[in-house]
Amino acid sequence: MVDEDKEHWLARRATIKKLWWGFSALLAITVLAQFLIHVKGYFIVDGWFGFGAVYGFFACLAMVLIAKGIGFFLKRKEGYYEGEDDSDGHTNA
Amino acid sequence: MRTILTGIQMLEFVPPALVLLTGAALIGAVRGTARTLVVLIAPLLTLLLVWYVPNGVVFEVAFLDYVIEPVEGSPVRRLFALIFALMALVGGLYAYRQAAWHELAAAYAYAAGAIGVSFAGDLVTLFIYWEVMAIFSTIIVWCGASRGVKAAGIRYAIMHLLGGIILMIGIEGLAVRTGSIDLRPIKAEDLYSWMILIGVLVNAAAPPVSAWLADAYPRSSPTGSVFLSAFTTKAAVLALILLFPGESVLIGIGLFMVVYGILYALLENDIRRILAYSVVNQVGFMVCAVGIGTATALNGAATHAFAHIIYKALLFMSAGVVVYRTGMNRCTDVGGLFRTMPVTAICGIVGALAISGFPLTSGFTTKTLISQAATQESMLFVYFMLTAASAGVFLHAGIKFPWFVFFQRDSGLRPKDAPWNMALAMMIFAFLCILIGVAPDLLYSLLPHPVQYQAYTPGNVLFYLQLLLFSGLAFFLLLPLMKRTLTISLDVDWLWRALLPRAMRQVARAGYWIGQPVLASALKSLHGLQKIASTLLSSSSASSHTRHSGFFARAWSIGSTARAVAVLLTVYVLVYLLS
Repeated sequence: MVDEDKEHWLARRATIKKLWWGFSALLAITVLAQFLIHVKGYFIVDGWFGFGAVYGFFACLAMVLIAKGIGFFLKRKEGYYEGEDDSDGHTNA
Repeated sequence: MRTILTGIQMLEFVPPALVLLTGAALIGAVRGTARTLVVLIAPLLTLLLVWYVPNGVVFEVAFLDYVIEPVEGSPVRRLFALIFALMALVGGLYAYRQAAWHELAAAYAYAAGAIGVSFAGDLVTLFIYWEVMAIFSTIIVWCGASRGVKAAGIRYAIMHLLGGIILMIGIEGLAVRTGSIDLRPIKAEDLYSWMILIGVLVNAAAPPVSAWLADAYPRSSPTGSVFLSAFTTKAAVLALILLFPGESVLIGIGLFMVVYGILYALLENDIRRILAYSVVNQVGFMVCAVGIGTATALNGAATHAFAHIIYKALLFMSAGVVVYRTGMNRCTDVGGLFRTMPVTAICGIVGALAISGFPLTSGFTTKTLISQAATQESMLFVYFMLTAASAGVFLHAGIKFPWFVFFQRDSGLRPKDAPWNMALAMMIFAFLCILIGVAPDLLYSLLPHPVQYQAYTPGNVLFYLQLLLFSGLAFFLLLPLMKRTLTISLDVDWLWRALLPRAMRQVARAGYWIGQPVLASALKSLHGLQKIASTLLSSSSASSHTRHSGFFARAWSIGSTARAVAVLLTVYVLVYLLS
């Protein structure tokens, strides 16, 4: 384990904890601010309370899961194409 | 005063692309300080000329039955040429001390091609500059030193030359059908207009050939990928704006590219390949906007292309410095670099925020214009897809790139920060990302149509803050799912990189099995022929030319030889006289 005091201040555990608190507060503020600020909904639903937050979160969740899913079929080892078609004389490491 | 005015009027007749091409040639011709001066002054001069290109056709040349218009100005053409010239300038600053001279020269010729495309008033001029771009961008790819770069460059060249051929056939067909090669909006309605559309879309990295981009760009040199990211795809976007505004098929193609870019970037481990996939994603926004085709949408496509070139080049610059300093390309090899590379990290983060469209950055004031166009046309599906994609951009490029490169874990690497010229180039582009974000009217005033859009309404800002910050939350909560692996992801190019060679080996093997018996029997009959020949020609032994030798191989007496020659001559003369 790296000595905490020698570590860069940004990488210290205490700082990271503070950052998480700050980030959480920011998240809460952006949602709660919708009590004060009217968000114009172009298609009704996007004006609902907290829609941006929920949509953003679940859109990302969906994309990560879909990427995982297609990765299951499409991922190959790095050297997959080498030796097949690369004429540079490199061999699989 | 009058002389200055005529001087400026004279400038109108100098094609900006030719100035930059001359600069490219001079880079090879001179050395040392002179070369540095050429690198910096050629794009500056080009920038000035671009600014003064007036609206309309500047001059024309008759060619066969057609009219060639090498320079035609309009606001959207100037806007693209302006950012191409600016890119050459700042890219030149970034690269000139680190890149090989031939890479710099190729980059400037490549930029000149893009500027030539911007001002092309007819399809033939467009095609010529299109090919200039294809040739010199291939050279830039080949300047890379990574593994497999030679083969990747060949694949890249084949793809672009094929695209060029498709474009050329389309242009010729259109010229024959309409009798005009004028570059003006057309509809994709017959074979030839479709071929033009397809030829342009190949360069935009549209499906199913998007893979060429992520295949080639990350293998180029750290400086080369900065230039590559800027010109080809955005020149294609301009060609789409000029030729196919409102072509509804582009909406679907654009949305596909947007999603494709995000999903592949999420799976990727190579730092610059993440950014390459995100180029496809961003160009998807623009292609979709051209498909919507309204004034707001075309404004959105143009302004987003302008902002995109800046922040994407900035991201590639930041990644380029990391590759240049560490020699490492993979997220799994780096991490924690913010300690010793603060300038590179901060500039990279500014670029990442801009691409994500955070308020106060250029992405926010340009990308939301495209969403606005979708709402104006009541395109519900398009709007929600673009909004989800905006969240996804933050996920795959906005946080993923800076997090895995500069933070993540301490890799133990302590590389030096960027050399001064690279740092200066990054700072200029980072400044522009923020300038366009806080003062969008500077850019809006250059757009082809008047802009009635206010990005900074409290509701709009709040909506995007919610969207982006909660995407950020999703990223950190889902981190365990996004562990980097030493893998690549298959794409459509698997067909010609793996299946085609395999199929050809199978064909060769089948050919062997079928061909072998045929060959054997052929050999047998050859043997027969040989036997007949040997009875006539061969000598049975070297020592004697006797009667045992073949008929033609015998040693004839001089008398019989002379007789035979005399007979032959007689026959010849008779045939000659009779005919």
